[in-house]
Amino acid sequence: MKAPPFAYRRVASVAAASALLREHGDGARLIAGGQTLLATLGMRLSEPSLLIDIRGIAEMQGIAVTGGHLRIGALARHVDVERSALVAQHLPLLSLAAPHVAHAAIRNRGTFGGSIAFADPAAEWPACAVAADAALVLSDGTTSRTVEAADFFLGLYQTDLRPDELITAVRFPLPGRHRRFAFTELARRHGDYATVGLALAGDWVEGRLHDPRIVYFGVGGTPVRAVAAEAALAGGRAEPETLERAVAELGGELSPSGDLYTSAATKLHLAGVLLRRGIQSLIPGEGQT
Amino acid sequence: MTDKILVNMTVNGMVCERWIEPRLHLGDFLREELGLKGTHLGCEHGVCGACTVVVDDEIVRSCLTLAVQADGAMVETIEGKSESGALRDLQDAFLERNALQCGFCTAGLLLTADALLQAEPEADRARIRDHISGNYCRCTGYHAVVDAIETVGRQRRSGGRGHRHE
Ligand SMILES: Cc1cc2nc3c(=O)[nH]c(=O)nc-3n(C[C@H](O)[C@H](O)[C@H](O)COP(=O)(O)OP(=O)(O)OC[C@H]3O[C@@H](n4cnc5c(N)ncnc54)[C@H](O)[C@@H]3O)c2cc1C
Ligand code: FES
Ligand code: FES
Repeated sequence: MKAPPFAYRRVASVAAASALLREHGDGARLIAGGQTLLATLGMRLSEPSLLIDIRGIAEMQGIAVTGGHLRIGALARHVDVERSALVAQHLPLLSLAAPHVAHAAIRNRGTFGGSIAFADPAAEWPACAVAADAALVLSDGTTSRTVEAADFFLGLYQTDLRPDELITAVRFPLPGRHRRFAFTELARRHGDYATVGLALAGDWVEGRLHDPRIVYFGVGGTPVRAVAAEAALAGGRAEPETLERAVAELGGELSPSGDLYTSAATKLHLAGVLLRRGIQSLIPGEGQT
Repeated sequence: MTDKILVNMTVNGMVCERWIEPRLHLGDFLREELGLKGTHLGCEHGVCGACTVVVDDEIVRSCLTLAVQADGAMVETIEGKSESGALRDLQDAFLERNALQCGFCTAGLLLTADALLQAEPEADRARIRDHISGNYCRCTGYHAVVDAIETVGRQRRSGGRGHRHE
């Protein structure tokens, strides 16, 4: 599978990338890690006339803690997130999820921002961003704005990104000391896109779960927050009856579509399985608080 | 607009400079421009891992890397890694354990396995399986591959053949 012909330019700033996007309109595509884009070009799903390589943009690199946030530069690669001590310390949700993002060789090139921008409905990072209340920093090089992850994913591969904007960074508020996270997914082959996956967050205070986030991926066009299931669990001790009530709520809020391998009914069943597993690993074991 | 671009990279220790089309991926560059046919192309969309090569000390899919993106990089293929003896222990173990039949997947699996053992020679079978999950083998059923990698991990831990960086 060979890509159609295109021109190739490297840029060193967000402003330069954005200017090229404005100049070339729909004919241009940004390329970050290329781990999705190059596969789709091979399949000729699109035929851009220009690829704008953004990997050299300094302001979009790095992982750092600043001003009460963990900031992940859009160009941080999956492997950088996977190995980051800062991430493990402040936002273990991402460390738990990283090994599930594609395979080692792909994690060496694919980027955090690329995954969020592409917004595959079965991808890990968009769901983690929603579950951890992240905000996305979007910029055209002149004006930058911040959009909550929960508002960014609009539909299947549809996001709030404007045609001449880049995601420059993702900002996660530093979780309080009671915040806990869990991550679990089912895939046909380790590293493949999930059949169904779940990112969980919640405060565990004196044996009760507060302010939970239950965010599924692979069950709709975007990450799906299961608000009724959250309400069923909020303030409670997550004992088996409560958990079953939360699982029962999923039927009303998830409407997965079946695919080649998994029917919609199976996906819904698996979502319940994951919730039981996820809550179990979210709450501390006996004797811990 | 789609004019050729001059790239300069070091492949298996040799500096090479070529004018190439931007759409040429690194796998085709290595095979067609440099004649290094040890890098195999299976799916050409990132799924099978047969095209794995090492770029700046990290494994990547050569079918999902444009050759122009490897401008200035250090690229190593199965040819270079074989010649230097860096994979000798893995190659011997694959042979001994019947971890290859047709051999189509082997170059990619060797480089992928070596990347794991350099970082984690203590990797257990489950870890090995996770790490090679992106490499399809249609012949062996993987069991023998995991056997071979596990054996070499043990050898390298006890200071046997093969090498470790760092
Ligand atoms: C076999 C295989 C399995 C995979 N499995 C998984 C998986 O299980 N989970 C998963 O999440 N992903 C998976 N991926 C995809 C991988 O994670 C990609 O790396 C990721 O989705 C895209 O990141 P990228 O940097 O490679 O983006 P690119 O391919 O370079 O770009 C993707 C799209 O995003 C746009 N873009 C990139 N960066 C930005 C930015 N900063 N601002 C605005 N737009 C931008 C590009 O224009 C393009 O349209 C898999 C890929 C393959 C080939
Ligand atoms: S040929 Fe590159 S992954 Fe299959
Ligand atoms: S030995 Fe034939 S594909 Fe692996």
